[in-house]
Amino acid sequence: MKLNKGMKGLSPVGDRVVEISCLEVWREISNYIDNDIDSELRARIEYHLKNCKHCTAILEGTSNTVRLLADGASIDLPSGFSQRLQQKLANHVKRTT
Amino acid sequence: MNAFFQDQSWNFYRPCVSHSRGLSMSAYGALRGKLRYVDERKPPNLVRREGFTIVVAARLFQLTNLLRTANSLTSTVTTANTDGCAAPSRREGRPDDVADLVARVKTGEHELFYELIRPCERAIFLTAMKILGNEADAEEVAQEAVLKAFTHLDQFRAEAKFSTWLIQITVNEARIKLRKDRRKLYQSIDEGIADEDGDYIPRDFADWREIPSEALERKELREALDRGLQILAPKYREVLVLRDVQRFNTQETARILGITEGVVRTRLLRARLQMRDALAPGIDASWAAGRSEYKKVRPW
Repeated sequence: MKLNKGMKGLSPVGDRVVEISCLEVWREISNYIDNDIDSELRARIEYHLKNCKHCTAILEGTSNTVRLLADGASIDLPSGFSQRLQQKLANHVKRTT
Repeated sequence: MNAFFQDQSWNFYRPCVSHSRGLSMSAYGALRGKLRYVDERKPPNLVRREGFTIVVAARLFQLTNLLRTANSLTSTVTTANTDGCAAPSRREGRPDDVADLVARVKTGEHELFYELIRPCERAIFLTAMKILGNEADAEEVAQEAVLKAFTHLDQFRAEAKFSTWLIQITVNEARIKLRKDRRKLYQSIDEGIADEDGDYIPRDFADWREIPSEALERKELREALDRGLQILAPKYREVLVLRDVQRFNTQETARILGITEGVVRTRLLRARLQMRDALAPGIDASWAAGRSEYKKVRPW
């Protein structure tokens, strides 16, 4: 695997040189997905992504994984779950109070 | 996406959720999936704009009506069951109501305790289910958590949300269950790999393709996701379940697990990358083709 060690070029947030490596992008990918990074770092990452298909693939894959996980939240309770829970709770309350 | 549900955009979205009451859980899930699809295609800064949020809300109304037309309605779903625990603002009743109920149960009105539990029973079960990966174990743990919450209600302090406290107990009970089942510990993928301070290097770039949107609906992919969750080390699985399934924010997750917000972020990064790696062999065109050799989650 060939890593992009860093890029030189004009920063989208100013006119100084920005260098950011793949490793730095990976470290921040989760925060990037959550929009939990400052605008300068976001701009640097996006600048890197424009030139790095590997990191773009990782970002897309990780974002898709997060989306899948959120979709998995809509599961049904097992049939009779609430009734069994209430019964168990009622028995427990009777026993302990 | 998380930001969408946690910031002020939720206020626009909430009336639409009321509108969708009465939908079956699967229809409701599909609805939310469509919304997320729309949401994910927009850059985060755009999601925060009021105009876009309203467009999404309008889209939700439209989808809801379509689903109703398609006879996806069921009258058996109660308001509390319409995934009310999924979004932070709907996880429990109003704070005053909750505080009042807690006070009344503490002073002897024990029969009211279930009213406290009811809005959160889905979240309790879901948390246990995703951590344990087994419906029977999850129900057992959910029951134990509720009984423990009742027994220790005196220890509940109002500075935490009741739902957060309940989920904290559930996670602890799930941990106890996992410890009892030694086999699951040996299945952990992260044992022997670098410690949590080291960098996690994502694998197999060449294999990766973006998930085709239609594949997100595929049962095989969801099953692979569940298998992937179960081979994560428990400490990563817990963070992933709380942050990405239950959508607790970083602060709440840190409180539930008794760790710092920094550790939550570190574990979340590692967990997400590991899940991505676990799914990578199946998330190329082979998912759409349904080739059986891609159905296994790759062992580490």
